[in-house]
Amino acid sequence: MAHARHLWQRAAFFQSIRTFFIDREYLEVDTPIRIPAPAPEAFIEPEPAGDWFLQTSPELCMKRLLAADFPKIFQICKCFRRQERGDRHLPEFTMLEWYRRDADYGDLMADCEQLLPFVANAMGLGPEIVVGGGKVSLAAPWQRLTVAEAFSRFGTMSLEDALAEDSFDEVLVRDIEPHLGIATPTFLYDYPAVLGSLARLNPENPKVAERFELYVGGMELANGFSELDDAVEQRSRFEKERQLITELGRQPAGPMPESFLAALSNMGPAAGIALGLDRFLMLLLGVQTIDEVVPFTPESL
Amino acid sequence: MYSASDLRKGLKISIDGEPYMITDFSFSKPGKGQALYRCRIRNMINGNSSDRTYRSNDKFEKAPLEERTMQFLYEQGGEYHFMDNKTYEQIALSKEQLGDTTSFLMDNMDVDVLLFADRPIGVTPPTFVELNVTKADPWVKGDTSGSDTKPVTVETGFELQVPPFIEEGEKIQIDTRTGEYVTRVKS
Repeated sequence: MAHARHLWQRAAFFQSIRTFFIDREYLEVDTPIRIPAPAPEAFIEPEPAGDWFLQTSPELCMKRLLAADFPKIFQICKCFRRQERGDRHLPEFTMLEWYRRDADYGDLMADCEQLLPFVANAMGLGPEIVVGGGKVSLAAPWQRLTVAEAFSRFGTMSLEDALAEDSFDEVLVRDIEPHLGIATPTFLYDYPAVLGSLARLNPENPKVAERFELYVGGMELANGFSELDDAVEQRSRFEKERQLITELGRQPAGPMPESFLAALSNMGPAAGIALGLDRFLMLLLGVQTIDEVVPFTPESL
Repeated sequence: MYSASDLRKGLKISIDGEPYMITDFSFSKPGKGQALYRCRIRNMINGNSSDRTYRSNDKFEKAPLEERTMQFLYEQGGEYHFMDNKTYEQIALSKEQLGDTTSFLMDNMDVDVLLFADRPIGVTPPTFVELNVTKADPWVKGDTSGSDTKPVTVETGFELQVPPFIEEGEKIQIDTRTGEYVTRVKS
């Protein structure tokens, strides 16, 4: 269980995030947590709740709101993912997501460069924070590194070989992540197209998806991308993902998210990002485990 | 059979017919990627450590380990002989296999012998042992050197730091997990 002081700081932390977005004319929304048809994702397993599922992310509902002419929205909510437990994982965790019409992943990176120092400052920290004994400067601009560059700089094999040998995740976690977000936070961007199920492909280089992950002190904090707004392409990617889930020996969770696909054609160009708030708070409080920033862990219930 | 989600620090598993203990463990899951179970494992026979990364569908055999209470009989030529208290079966382990444990072994002492597939691979002595001090500098009362411990040697040849009032011929209790002095034993 978290130290009492950490819960007071957790409340102030949420407050400062809301202030940040409200000051920038974002609308705070709260979409349903229990949904009939989560986005099919091969390695994210939804928790069943009756005949429906607990959300793994509010992404689909939030994009429907973008399509319904709410151009700037944010949400702080609980997300649920089965079998995820570790020093940086809880099967129920708190997510911040924000979405913008007429924006791309570069705009989201700029948002992050403002949000983190703003929240740190509101909590009496920064512009440097101490992570794992080292100092990370939150002053913009932050490091930007493509996935291909990161593999050639830190990986024990090239990106092409890692993909061919089905070792992308292992090389990323073992060789690359420890080097990311050390002097400043790092944006690892331009993921191989196959690894961005809901992201738009780069129009100049369709081999990569306009997706990035934000790292601080070796820890992954956020995942953002330029949203795919082509409903036909999105349906075909979902079908592939559902196929992959079946091959992995599981049942896809629920039917194809038809209401989302129907809305997608009205969304237009947009960008959206999901940021793990428990992890962000871990960084600000300088603690090593996610257990220390939440009121209760599942094991303590 | 264990699955990847059972992996944790302290778990003992069998890999390629040898027992391994997980000495460090972390769960990782890169964004949208697969769950990875990263382990530091130590071979329980030769002590070598290595790093392994497993995926959620990997399966593991339980290490067939068994602990039996045996009596330490004697040491001869670097071989340490033990006897099972129930079956009277005798086994021998080398000095290398025993490691630091030899510092606390006394004839007729009961110890826990760890067997892997019926093969002895290690010995755990009692947590606390009582040993006679065979060598100690005399205690000079009023010593103002400021040192609050002094080195002594016990009957097994093991050396440790004790409070200055411990004298040669006295019996002391030692914590075998740390090799540290616990208390003086009144005879």
